[in-house]
Amino acid sequence: MTGFTGTGSLLRLAARRDRVLIPASVLAIALVVAMAAKATIDLYPDSGSALGAMRSVVDNPAIVALYGPFTSLSLDAFATFKTILMGAVFLCLLAYIVVRRHTRTEEESGRLELLGAGAIGRRAPLAAAVLLGTIAVLLTALVTAAVAIGVGLDSSGSVALGVAWTIVGLTWVGVTAVAAQLAETARGTAGLSIGALGVAFLLRALGDTAPDDSPVRFLTWLSPLGWGEKVAPYGANRVGLVALGIIAYAGLVLLAFTLLERRDLGAGLLPSRPGAARGTLRSAGALTARLARGTVVGWLIAYGVLAVVIGSIAGNVVDFVDSPETAAMLRRLGGSAGTIVDTFFATEIQVAAIAAAALGIALVTRIRTEETAGRAESVLATPVRRTPWALGHVLVAVAATTLVMLVLGLVAGAVDGQRTGDVGASIASLVGAGAATLPAVWVCIGAALVLVGYVPRFTGLAWPVLIAFFVVGELAELMNLPHWVASISPFHHLARLPGGSADAVTLTLLTLTAVALVVIGLAGLRRRDVPAA
Amino acid sequence: MNHVYGQRMTTAIEVSDLRKTFGHTVALDGLDLEVSTGEIHGFLGPNGAGKSTTIRILLGLMRSDGGTATLLGGDPWREVETLHRRLAYVPGDVALWPNLTGGEVIDLLGALRGGLDERRRADMLERFDLDPTKKSRSYSKGNRQKVALVAALSSDVELLVLDEPTSGLDPLMEAVFKDAVREFRAAGGTVLLSSHILSEVESVCDRVSIIRAGRNVESGTLAQLRHLSRTKVTALLERAASLPDLAALPGVSDVRSEDGQVACSVETHHLGGLLEWLGAHGIRNLTSAPPTLEELFMDQYRTATPASPEAATGR
Repeated sequence: MTGFTGTGSLLRLAARRDRVLIPASVLAIALVVAMAAKATIDLYPDSGSALGAMRSVVDNPAIVALYGPFTSLSLDAFATFKTILMGAVFLCLLAYIVVRRHTRTEEESGRLELLGAGAIGRRAPLAAAVLLGTIAVLLTALVTAAVAIGVGLDSSGSVALGVAWTIVGLTWVGVTAVAAQLAETARGTAGLSIGALGVAFLLRALGDTAPDDSPVRFLTWLSPLGWGEKVAPYGANRVGLVALGIIAYAGLVLLAFTLLERRDLGAGLLPSRPGAARGTLRSAGALTARLARGTVVGWLIAYGVLAVVIGSIAGNVVDFVDSPETAAMLRRLGGSAGTIVDTFFATEIQVAAIAAAALGIALVTRIRTEETAGRAESVLATPVRRTPWALGHVLVAVAATTLVMLVLGLVAGAVDGQRTGDVGASIASLVGAGAATLPAVWVCIGAALVLVGYVPRFTGLAWPVLIAFFVVGELAELMNLPHWVASISPFHHLARLPGGSADAVTLTLLTLTAVALVVIGLAGLRRRDVPAA
Repeated sequence: MNHVYGQRMTTAIEVSDLRKTFGHTVALDGLDLEVSTGEIHGFLGPNGAGKSTTIRILLGLMRSDGGTATLLGGDPWREVETLHRRLAYVPGDVALWPNLTGGEVIDLLGALRGGLDERRRADMLERFDLDPTKKSRSYSKGNRQKVALVAALSSDVELLVLDEPTSGLDPLMEAVFKDAVREFRAAGGTVLLSSHILSEVESVCDRVSIIRAGRNVESGTLAQLRHLSRTKVTALLERAASLPDLAALPGVSDVRSEDGQVACSVETHHLGGLLEWLGAHGIRNLTSAPPTLEELFMDQYRTATPASPEAATGR
């Protein structure tokens, strides 16, 4: 094998650039697992009371769809069930971020060309990125297993947890490595890798929630996230499944290197065609909308699929035995006051709203991306004024988030209507529930704009803040955090819909907050230099 | 060119005592710059001298910390919309939207500036030999610059602000560029051209300004600048001359004796005095080398006014 010259130095360079990202992510993921587990153990001093609580939710498809099945009726399984699958998803995101950053992003920026001209083998950049991704995954698995044992969880179960995450994480290192060869841009790589993660999540959700004798259950085995579940940490502890992960990892990495051989630097395997010789874009707003088009269409498709899935799963939820005990447990997990189905929809819609906020943040922070790429200059040197230009980005972000949430409600309602027999009512209820989350989404857009306006270098902080909103919302109660911590998140103030009742005052206040943040952000942007120092 | 905005001005750009700092870095330290209407003005200086910062202030992208800048008679920070209708800008490092084609970008930038001259658009595309159907991501640096140049040169504007626009062009395309810029001036337009390419400056610029460490070092026509710099003179004399006496002449420096000849350099406007003195000693042989353009610029880049305490960074 040749072409690996310089892998070591590239790996050191990459590790140096990620010296904060990787350790911080590893610690954050491990600590969330440990804190959630510790809080659960403290909450249920005897396993008897825990088992009582568990039995009420153990087969609830709504819960299973989101967090995966319980691996056993034990306190340890109960203490970790919310974090195992979610942690695996975050680990996939970490693997994806690390691998993409050091492959396609570098290549697109032209920095790889600079290095490639040095004494660097053709395969070295990909090898270094894959190695660093692998290290990040193994480190997370190791630290989490150690921390889990540290808080008193079963040691063989904790090792199995590490193994489950290794399988999933390594597979995503491979998936992203392949995606970076197929797509020509960093954004395209993101679409393929994150899209595959979404498909993996949905496949296992469908498989896990299907009736025991249904062939649909096999879908879980088609999903790498499902392989992690099948390890069943704190249950069956099938650590032998690691072989599956290693085979997938090796196969995907080999595929990535094979694809690398078949393309030029800077090119992808999915070809780009010649385009129009004349343009139809006549304004800065039209440009902003056009640049967002691909992303928004992708999200609309994803939300349509998601809506079909949650609409179908709702049918399974109905079969679940309804009991006061269960309802109480669901409320504790963040459900609404309505029926089990309502609770299920409310939880799914809330998570979808937080994801939509990610879309909104991504779109509004393109102001900063355009600026750092040097493209904003070209537009702002024309008669286009800065405030309308930035406002265009805000409006595109608001419109896109509104659209995806409405499509979610519409499609889920149409599917659920087949069950209830009243399509109109289902659609109205779920579209309303989706729309009622939007003010919180817009607050996130406004907050990101304030960062762009005043501390442009720290625009990226919008992401950890959004993740914090998500973690706080999901786990604040489990981790026994004080009430004010949870209230930082705009999503915390939303009524649980459907099932609850919408609070017009809260929604108005959230909307006004969003408007105020946008006004403040635009004022900051109007005053500062472009590009900012 | 249209001059619908009042009477024709004589000064297109007027900058005085312009200051700008980034944190602890002084980028502009009292810069002066004057560009007359209808001229091609070369804007020169080493990397990091503050050329791009000046241009960004003139475009209202950045705000100065002190001094005044007037562009086409207006305030560049406040009157963005009206002023930008009358100018076109080509950045030094042209970044385009990767998934738009060159043609789409040209039409977009043209539409934002209020419309393109269709004939000129077609003409420029042909002269610059640019394929407008390619996606921007597949363009080389030179082709990206061509896209921005075609968009700028086919716009109906009075002023072109060009920041090192030819650094990625091949010599053939550079010739096309020079022709296009001269035509633009012939039609009454004004050009501010930041450049490092001396032949380009020499062949198209009416006047140049050289800046260094955020300050203006010299301004004038190339002939005037040549006059300001030094000529190397070597002479074989009949009668022995006193070197200290020679060195004491106004404007004379680097005096030395080489193989029985005297050699020195002299500020060009003191050349007459030196020749008189040498004549008094009987000249047998004399060589006088006027400064090349390279020497002229090297001289100004390197040794002009004392640098500001901190080196300015490239903005």
